[in-house]
Amino acid sequence: MHADAGPQAPPPETGEGIMKLDIKLCGVGGQGILSIATIIAEAATEAGLHLKQAEVHGMSQRGGDVQSDLRLSTEPIWSDLIAKGGADMILSMEPMEALRYLPYLAEDGVIVTSSKPFVNIPNYPDEAAVLAEIDAMPHSVRLDIEGIARDNGLPKSANVVLLGMAAPFIKLIEPQQLRAAVARIFAPKGEAVVAANLKAFDLGLNHSQNK
Amino acid sequence: MSEKRLLLGDEALALGALHAGLSGVYAYPGTPSTEITEFIQNNPLAKERGVHSRWCTNEKTAMETALGMSYAGKRALVCMKHVGMNVCADPFMNAASTGVNGGLVVLSADDPSMHSSQNEQDSRFYGKFAMIPMFEPSNQQEAYDMVADAFELSEALQLPVLMRFVTRLAHSRAAVKVNEAREENPFNPDKDLSRWVLIPLNARRQYAKLVSLQARVEQSAEDSPYNWTENLDGKHPLGIIATGIGYNYVKESAPAGIPILKISQYPLPVSKVKALAASCEKILVVEDGQPFVEELVKGILGADYPVIGKLTGRTGDKANTIGRMPLTGELIDGVLPRMGELTPDSVAAALGLKSGPVFSPAKNVMPRPPQLCQGCGHRDVFAALGFIANEFPDSRIFGDIGCYALGFLPPFRTIESCVDMGSAITLAKGAADAGMFPIFCVIGDSTFTHSGMTGLLDAVNENSPITVIISDNFTTAMTGGQDSAGLNKYEAICLALGVEREHLHLVVPVPKNMEEIKAIIRKEMMYKGVSVIIPQRECMQTLGRRLRRQKQEKES
Repeated sequence: MHADAGPQAPPPETGEGIMKLDIKLCGVGGQGILSIATIIAEAATEAGLHLKQAEVHGMSQRGGDVQSDLRLSTEPIWSDLIAKGGADMILSMEPMEALRYLPYLAEDGVIVTSSKPFVNIPNYPDEAAVLAEIDAMPHSVRLDIEGIARDNGLPKSANVVLLGMAAPFIKLIEPQQLRAAVARIFAPKGEAVVAANLKAFDLGLNHSQNK
Repeated sequence: MSEKRLLLGDEALALGALHAGLSGVYAYPGTPSTEITEFIQNNPLAKERGVHSRWCTNEKTAMETALGMSYAGKRALVCMKHVGMNVCADPFMNAASTGVNGGLVVLSADDPSMHSSQNEQDSRFYGKFAMIPMFEPSNQQEAYDMVADAFELSEALQLPVLMRFVTRLAHSRAAVKVNEAREENPFNPDKDLSRWVLIPLNARRQYAKLVSLQARVEQSAEDSPYNWTENLDGKHPLGIIATGIGYNYVKESAPAGIPILKISQYPLPVSKVKALAASCEKILVVEDGQPFVEELVKGILGADYPVIGKLTGRTGDKANTIGRMPLTGELIDGVLPRMGELTPDSVAAALGLKSGPVFSPAKNVMPRPPQLCQGCGHRDVFAALGFIANEFPDSRIFGDIGCYALGFLPPFRTIESCVDMGSAITLAKGAADAGMFPIFCVIGDSTFTHSGMTGLLDAVNENSPITVIISDNFTTAMTGGQDSAGLNKYEAICLALGVEREHLHLVVPVPKNMEEIKAIIRKEMMYKGVSVIIPQRECMQTLGRRLRRQKQEKES
């Protein structure tokens, strides 16, 4: 059973009147957060939105914490970085990494995260305490995306499950637009890869929508 | 025709250079500049035109080779991270004296906050030092547009031009409107040969020429379309000078109507600074990096005009506290932090705006430092070395710049220095000269050819009692796996430098060879001369990519 989402995710809304969406993308080096950013960027560009995305390259990719600031707006964007208290979403491939960026989360911001710890340090905190701290936030949704992906025969698509989970909260882009971007991004890798990633996206999307 | 493309700052600059008729990029990999050269290596137009893009052995060879291409009339780009400027400072400074023929643009990517670097040095000081024009783009579009202007200016003034990037521009993506590509310059070797011969007779004339060009250099920044003022009408309590990406943070949060002087081209345009000062009672300088402009502005406006920034302006801080660090160890910040990159938060705070976190830092978070990859050959090298070093408490292990600098961290705790490229061997030699024994040094393959070979020659010439370990993973790994200049040549290089055959060992660092490697280390460390051990095994990252590529090729 993987449907262990946090208790208080806000209801998905439509995009009316929303001008900007700032996403703090995070995880551990090698987990594929930049692939998620690429798909959102593709969808945002197609939708005619302005976009800035600050990435982390270099040494920090070697199993350390990684993060990327992804900013979407109907208006031109100045700063490449998100201010503290300004992120509408923390989108994380790993639960402790989601917590690392709490000072960046806006008051009504949402945490969308994997619930499965990636333990590569000797002093990783107690798993239950990490999840409890996420659940104590006003708005959060979490899921064992790796377990879901594996159980559905999609072991390489956990990050796209996470994207599907986030889709209802990315209010400037319709879930269907994101879904179409998934198909376009994976198209060069063949129909089977596209189908697998669309399935992964739908699994995540259904999880958030059926809460 | 123009189209929009989503590009990293690095990629925007690379494409801008190609579209400006670039004939060669010369670079050594270094975060955050690496993607510039990689973009050109993979670009179809660059391939079609045969634009030079192979990696250089170090920044000095890169700078000199680019200058040679300029000599022959073509446009050349040199790229490096900020500390690379130190390596190529000799040809960089002297290129300002020779001047250029084809346009020469030098790109230095600074790393405020030291995300992936050993210091925060600000390359703008080099631009001023060399007395050449300098650009500092504030966004990806400017990076693309400016490089064409930089080449034009370089050819108009016959001077190299410096472009300064910072990490948050280099590694941030945005949509960029791109133009059609200009043709490359024709092959056109310089006819004026004497200016390239910097014997004192000519060098004095060339330096006089450089000095006399300064009025034009200054005018180019005064007239630059990348420097402008906003809201200059009337009298205001505060005005802002914002340089490069500092401008974005100001625009993100500054109240409407506040006067701003935006700077993206240097020398600092003095008349624009004076105009801003005349309509404001105080000036805040917002710049990413060291307080380069802040100090210049203080000089232009005099001691009585209040200028705040990284040096001054802290609440209750009346004194001018230029970088003074009191004995308590507390940093003296201005209204902006003295160290680290600018953030939207620090700039908003400097403007006196209320902002900041809603939620406190989480309780259940621990640091997650980067690590050597599982299966990495450096791990086996450190395991063997750590084992032997434990047997000899007086031994020291000098390290160098690369992934293996992580050997400082647990679980290895092996290396005991990491200063600059190539320094493992020379620090070890100096310590040996002082009487230290036994001594090991660990240096990577690419770092060895970058700056280690000359130091090894010094050690060989004096038969210094050091054991050099060239940990060879066949690539420049830390920056993502670029070609290593000495691939398959390390044994030959060491022999040619005079390392004795019987004290040169090639080993394969895998667990099953551990006892053999330990035995070699134990024997060589006691030798009172130079020994070199070369553990050779492919980087796990490049190996993984190679196997995936082979699998794909097989399937298709």
